[in-house]
Amino acid sequence: MTLNTFKRHVRESVKSLGRNGWMTFASASAVTVTLLLVGVFFAVMFNINYFAKKVENEVEIRVHIDLAADNKEKDVLRQRIEALPSVKEVHYSSKDEELKRLIESMGEEGSSFQLFEQDNPLSDVYVVKAANPQDTVKIAKQIETFQSVHKVNYGQGTVEKLFDALKVMRNVGLVLIFGLLFTAMFLISNTIKITIFARRREIEIMRLVGATNGFIRWPFFLEGLWLGMLGSIVPIVVLALVYYNVHRLYKQQFSLQLFELLPFSPFIWQLSALLLGIGALIGVWGSVMSVRKFLKV
Amino acid sequence: MIEMQDVYKTYPNGVVALNGVSVRIKQGEFVYVVGPSGAGKSTFIKMMYREEKPTSGTIMVNGVNLANIKDSKVPLLRRNIGVVFQDFKLLPTLTVYENVAFALEVIEESPKVIRKKVMEVLDLVGLKHKIRSYPNELSGGEQQRVSIARSIVNSPKIVIADEPTGNLDPETSWGIMELFEKINERGTTIVMATHNKEIVNATRRRVIAIENGTIVRDEAKGEYGYDA
Repeated sequence: MTLNTFKRHVRESVKSLGRNGWMTFASASAVTVTLLLVGVFFAVMFNINYFAKKVENEVEIRVHIDLAADNKEKDVLRQRIEALPSVKEVHYSSKDEELKRLIESMGEEGSSFQLFEQDNPLSDVYVVKAANPQDTVKIAKQIETFQSVHKVNYGQGTVEKLFDALKVMRNVGLVLIFGLLFTAMFLISNTIKITIFARRREIEIMRLVGATNGFIRWPFFLEGLWLGMLGSIVPIVVLALVYYNVHRLYKQQFSLQLFELLPFSPFIWQLSALLLGIGALIGVWGSVMSVRKFLKV
Repeated sequence: MIEMQDVYKTYPNGVVALNGVSVRIKQGEFVYVVGPSGAGKSTFIKMMYREEKPTSGTIMVNGVNLANIKDSKVPLLRRNIGVVFQDFKLLPTLTVYENVAFALEVIEESPKVIRKKVMEVLDLVGLKHKIRSYPNELSGGEQQRVSIARSIVNSPKIVIADEPTGNLDPETSWGIMELFEKINERGTTIVMATHNKEIVNATRRRVIAIENGTIVRDEAKGEYGYDA
């Protein structure tokens, strides 16, 4: 394709947007509404995911070492734990450190535990982190069978429930997003079909004077692209503004909560790029699907 | 050159449009195709620019067998054949100049060549002064001239016309016919389906008459031969 031809395609596609003013508006609005919904969904999903990751990363396995174990046995245990395939790191915490931690976590009442500093009843601990948090339970079960292990603690029960809940949330979100995108594609494909139907005479004449299918398709392809991109402007602006304010207010009101929102930048830029990409994709897909049936020779 | 050999065409709904047609049209000929409505004239003409495919038989146009060329090759074929219709088939949103230039833009000519060729053919059809008008601002005869200009701007070897004077009054029709004569004089083959008795009888060209899907008459310097 020559540069002149490409310029022609761009010119034609832009002209056609103006010529079919109302249809352009309708198609772009369809994209806008869909992307707005999809965008809100993405924002919520990404934040849940972000939260889930944080929670997951805080899950750790505390391996209480048998009081009878000597230093050599401790080293053997450490090596065995480190040898497990999905273990990320092992960190040693002596019983004195454990007691200090306990006292601190108890606050005022903790002072009464200071008595134990003379005769510490706690055991030394290996704090184990899994490379993939989902493997936590599996690793813990394995470590339980090792020698010199007194007890393994990983928040039994709670961790399993948490992981299950996060999994369900992710899957439901994915299904909903796919459903929305699918609906949008059909909406757009139908709207563009109408604009093309109005121009079937033009296509007929193009074919008559010897235009190749590729040549005929280009302006429609570009038109779909512009429609998708036009339609994504409003959702991007709206989401950016809303998110900016929600983020600001949330930080002021609940600054110490466990649940933290993703920082505005770069998240909103990524989300914008994603929405623009999706808009362009559904626009192009819609127009290519609609022009296909007019191109049978 | 156009050569058909035992061409049959049955449409999917069972209608038999052509029932064994063989014909040979030499380069530079001027041929009228006549016959009653529904006799197969349109199908016969459409075969030549591959708007319809034959059910069986061969159709050679400029040395290519249209019966078995690939769909993707059809655009290339069409660039060597100009087509003119009764209803002009102009794009209402484009000016006269743009409508004619369209045929060249589609084959990716350079703007310089397009400008030169378009002005040439518009001069030939006598519409150089109307290049900025839109089709709905022109008379029927003028619109048909634009469509003829578009059909010949590629310098095709063959121009196929399907009742080009069907929508025009007699006087305008004569003007259009003179234009076709002029194009024919330049060596272009012209195949024209028509119902216009006066024109056929007055010009005395080769006449092919089609009835019930077969050629019933093929004579040089023939007459229209029907009353209507």
